[in-house]
Amino acid sequence: MKHILGFFELTGKYFLLLRKTFSRPQNRRIFWQNYVRELDDIGLKTVGMILFINFFIGGVVTIQTALNLENPLLDRSLIGFAAKQSVILEFSPTLSSVILAGIVGSYIASTIGTMRITEQIDVLDVMGVNSANHLVLPKIFATLSFYPFLIIISMFMGIFGGWAAGQVTDLVSTADYLEGIRMDFEPFHFVYSMVKTLVFAFLIATIPSFFGYYVKGGALEVGRASTKAVIWTSIMIVLWNYIITQLLLS
Amino acid sequence: MIEVKNLRKAFGGQEVLKGISAVFEKGKTNMIIGQSGSGKTVFLKSMLGLITPDQGEISFDGRIWSALDDKQRAQIRREIGVVFQGNALFDSYNIEENVSFPLRMFTDKPASEIRERVNEVLEQVGLPGINRKFPSEISGGQQKRVAIARAIVMYPKYLFADEPNSGLDPKTAIRIDDLLYELTKHYDTTTIVNTHDMNSIMEIGEHIILLKNGVKAWEGSKEDIFHSDNPDLNDFIFSSELFRKVKDMVQKLGGGL
Repeated sequence: MKHILGFFELTGKYFLLLRKTFSRPQNRRIFWQNYVRELDDIGLKTVGMILFINFFIGGVVTIQTALNLENPLLDRSLIGFAAKQSVILEFSPTLSSVILAGIVGSYIASTIGTMRITEQIDVLDVMGVNSANHLVLPKIFATLSFYPFLIIISMFMGIFGGWAAGQVTDLVSTADYLEGIRMDFEPFHFVYSMVKTLVFAFLIATIPSFFGYYVKGGALEVGRASTKAVIWTSIMIVLWNYIITQLLLS
Repeated sequence: MIEVKNLRKAFGGQEVLKGISAVFEKGKTNMIIGQSGSGKTVFLKSMLGLITPDQGEISFDGRIWSALDDKQRAQIRREIGVVFQGNALFDSYNIEENVSFPLRMFTDKPASEIRERVNEVLEQVGLPGINRKFPSEISGGQQKRVAIARAIVMYPKYLFADEPNSGLDPKTAIRIDDLLYELTKHYDTTTIVNTHDMNSIMEIGEHIILLKNGVKAWEGSKEDIFHSDNPDLNDFIFSSELFRKVKDMVQKLGGGL
């Protein structure tokens, strides 16, 4: 019972923080400066890692599919088709977001948490700055505007990784792989992926911000908040992945 | 002038402030002193609007905080400068960005004018030419002075400092005290300093309030300290051998500081 009440209390505080966050920035110039800073910190700095992971995931999917397609009646182009479908529908948007929850979530929770325990947020509040709006809104804008592009690039990288693995292992020819990529392309699957990406981007920006914003104590608590932020963001991504899939694809 | 009437605050059933009343005059360095856990920080944070008191009234030159709307409160907030114990400088901003932050946030002044004001206050706190450095690249004492520069950049009416000497060597601590005193006179601010540093109290304490267990146990000036027979004050101030000897000497000489 205590845990259930605690969960509802946390949820309530989360929505109160969102209400405080979504107001007009007090100074647009400072808001855009913060936005650009966040684009660099939680956007550009993650590109390398996400592309690296997706390249190899595409490769693994191709190899596993090829090794499981032993029936000679089945077309080899199905390997490319399977790689494309799994990368676009699931691996790029969902797995990349879970990885981003780890990289970016811990960064956001620890920076905001440190600002809280070193009284930097108190200074903002005393000055009359809406600290939630000042700190969280640029992060939400940065993730919502950058992650769709990041996920699109990671899709290309995943498919490219699949082709590269096919060439290295000689399991699928370029022609078969390309035919599979072009086979039965469903534009709505891409829309579905982008919807998921936007929802996950929002969760990645707001849940860690929430855990950082309400930290009390010292370095140990900031560390714990950071861990909780990653866990809860990952859980919410997995849950919302199911909900969106049920709503849009079933 | 800041006036506090019957301020009460409890956390989880435990009363931390038990009906404190006080008047902090303009142009004076007012000090709140007391042992750890006496309620100093809660008292200061209540005046800063960071903690909502359960009961009581805080007024800034006659403007009663609890009776004001958001816009009026925002106006008062812009008249407040604050220096926190840990300096609370923004790590991701350089010194110029830190000091100029309130100006950039709340005014439409052109960049050249903002830079001019930043240079002026950095000069005032004795740190000219460090504009491009980051907080992590300067010493603790310098960080404290940058925090003071940020607090005064908007020409505050009210200046708050929470344990401004904490963690500083005695010489730097005296410089910070002198700086707070000079700025109080220069800007004619109502300055409130939270401290348990005896040197600070003796150096700049024009009006002192002693808190003990959430109540005001004593009030007076640094001169009054040596002639008071208040047991709580004597217990707090003259707990060290050195200060007991100083008190004896002052009383033998028949004067104050």
